[in-house]
Amino acid sequence: MYANKLKRHSECQWHIEPFDNMRVPVIIFADEKLIKMMDEKVFEQAVNVTKLPGIVKASYAMPDAHWGYGFPIGGVAGFDPEQGGVVSAGGVGFDISCGVRALRTGLIVGDIEPQKNRLADLLARRIPAGVGSRGKLKLSRREMDDMLVGGAQWAVERGYGTPADLEHTEEHGRMTGAEPRYVSDQAKKRQEEEVGTLGSGNHYLEVQKVTEIYEAACAEAFGLHQDDILVGIHCGSRGLGHQIGTDFLARMVKEARSHGIELPERELACALIKSELGRQYIGAMNCGMNCAIANRQVLTHLIRQVFAEIWPKSKLALLYDVSHNTCKLEEHVVDGNKRNLYVHRKGATRAFGPGHPLLPADLRAVGQPVLIGGTMGTASYILVGTEKNMSLSFGSCCHGAGRAMSRTQATKKWQGRDVIRTLAEQGIIVRGASTRGVAEEAPGAYKDVDEVVDATERAELAKKVAKLEPIVCVKG
Amino acid sequence: MAHWEHYPHPADIGIRGFGATKEEAFAQAALALTAIVADLQTVELKEEVKISCPPPRLAATDAGAGQEQDDEFLFVSWINALIYEMATRQMLFSRFEVRIGKPRLIGAQYLAPQFIAGSPGFTRGLSARAFGEKINVKKHSPAVEVKAATYTDLKVRQDKNGDWVVQCVVDV
Repeated sequence: MYANKLKRHSECQWHIEPFDNMRVPVIIFADEKLIKMMDEKVFEQAVNVTKLPGIVKASYAMPDAHWGYGFPIGGVAGFDPEQGGVVSAGGVGFDISCGVRALRTGLIVGDIEPQKNRLADLLARRIPAGVGSRGKLKLSRREMDDMLVGGAQWAVERGYGTPADLEHTEEHGRMTGAEPRYVSDQAKKRQEEEVGTLGSGNHYLEVQKVTEIYEAACAEAFGLHQDDILVGIHCGSRGLGHQIGTDFLARMVKEARSHGIELPERELACALIKSELGRQYIGAMNCGMNCAIANRQVLTHLIRQVFAEIWPKSKLALLYDVSHNTCKLEEHVVDGNKRNLYVHRKGATRAFGPGHPLLPADLRAVGQPVLIGGTMGTASYILVGTEKNMSLSFGSCCHGAGRAMSRTQATKKWQGRDVIRTLAEQGIIVRGASTRGVAEEAPGAYKDVDEVVDATERAELAKKVAKLEPIVCVKG
Repeated sequence: MAHWEHYPHPADIGIRGFGATKEEAFAQAALALTAIVADLQTVELKEEVKISCPPPRLAATDAGAGQEQDDEFLFVSWINALIYEMATRQMLFSRFEVRIGKPRLIGAQYLAPQFIAGSPGFTRGLSARAFGEKINVKKHSPAVEVKAATYTDLKVRQDKNGDWVVQCVVDV
């Protein structure tokens, strides 16, 4: 049992001190209610992560953590390549660089309300979503490789956006170190017609209104005001990322022991950062990241076209684009020393504080926008990174509400049509290709996002800037 | 005897196949996979796709892992091969015929005196036929895409009556 090893360190921090072959402690950020709701498996998986070679400081879990594969979803861990550190395909997951993008529309609630049905219909028609949907681009192998190296920059060069979009995307829209030669033919084949598609499951496209402002100065810097309309996109690297995850997980599971790594669980499969397999995975994963941001960039273009059709003068400006399934080389101060670490964030969002050199110039003084996706019926949040968090969890934060109920339970409990009707009564229009898909994603199947975000703020991981509530939601 | 079921996982969903033989259990688990996406009864048998999975190639130092682990890796390969075919062909399958080959020696580089028949140096590949049709959103109203098979809850086991149970969680 792991739950009884939890020691409350402060109001929103719980520790498991090292025992047996744990190399570092576990640190969980949550309030009392959330920690009690957390699955025992979260603690077990967070403990397993501490056993991997080269882990630095601690294995962290965010307030929305739930049982994942190997790593908990909501897990964060940094590894030092100079100390035999590892990179884990399981620690990034199958949806490499899944993330959230927020666009300011320049419109307010009053502009949208009379047109919202038309807007919902147009978005549902123009944005390829759900099983069996195809993107409008079909990429040759050469174009595919260009996209995998160029990311959102590749998309912008082809007319799907503006240079300002790139400035407000992590890594300026292009992850360096992408090596398409380490991406299998199958992965590329899976992506041929999937650029500019939303996917399914918990992925969504939402039109949202600002219903609350918490930090006026910061909101002003982010260009957010009460009643503003935003568009939120939640999706990832599509088939390419899934196949990269599949390919490398299989290789890492099989080769771990020959690298002298004992795996506490197969899904924790990893390779030494300084090994051929580790290098290949990092090169392929970086392609996955570029694929995800290119995908969100192409979707942005499609969304802008829809808005322009209804509001010809509308200009959708990118607030920020941040991923929550990643492993990135970052410089962090550990015990007073600067170290370069491979930080895994599995269902956790990067949340860098003010002054960080990687932030866009116009936001550097305030801190990074942290985009937290909610569920169809509840809310999403925009937070801002804090200086304090740079020493708490390598500048990381929650990523969403986190599931509280399995898909099988959700479909037994709700009918998709009823969910759509109930939400319509609340003024939220849902367009989904599949009613069962909607039932599986019913708001009640998730934890209370308000509680998760409150705990995140009280744990000083990030500060609340604005609350967003959905008006239109397009599901795959 | 042969049947399948889904079982809950907090974020995703588990697939489980039962059969009198390993092959039958693998085929049943594949039905469970399709049933995540769509109602099996809506999927007609219009096209046939051949699928093969090479024997899992364990690194030499993993030789101690045993036949059970080989079977489990083969099961993950099988489900992932189906996910790949479903994604790239945009198809759904509702009938499967699975053959798992006789043990054979893999990779001369692994040849060593301790590798006698039945030991992990010998393993089996899989060949199968999957029957189904192209996805039609109106007809199948597909609920969700499957991203990958995971190693979570992965088991290929015989129960005390000799029947096979195979399972894993899939990421959706």
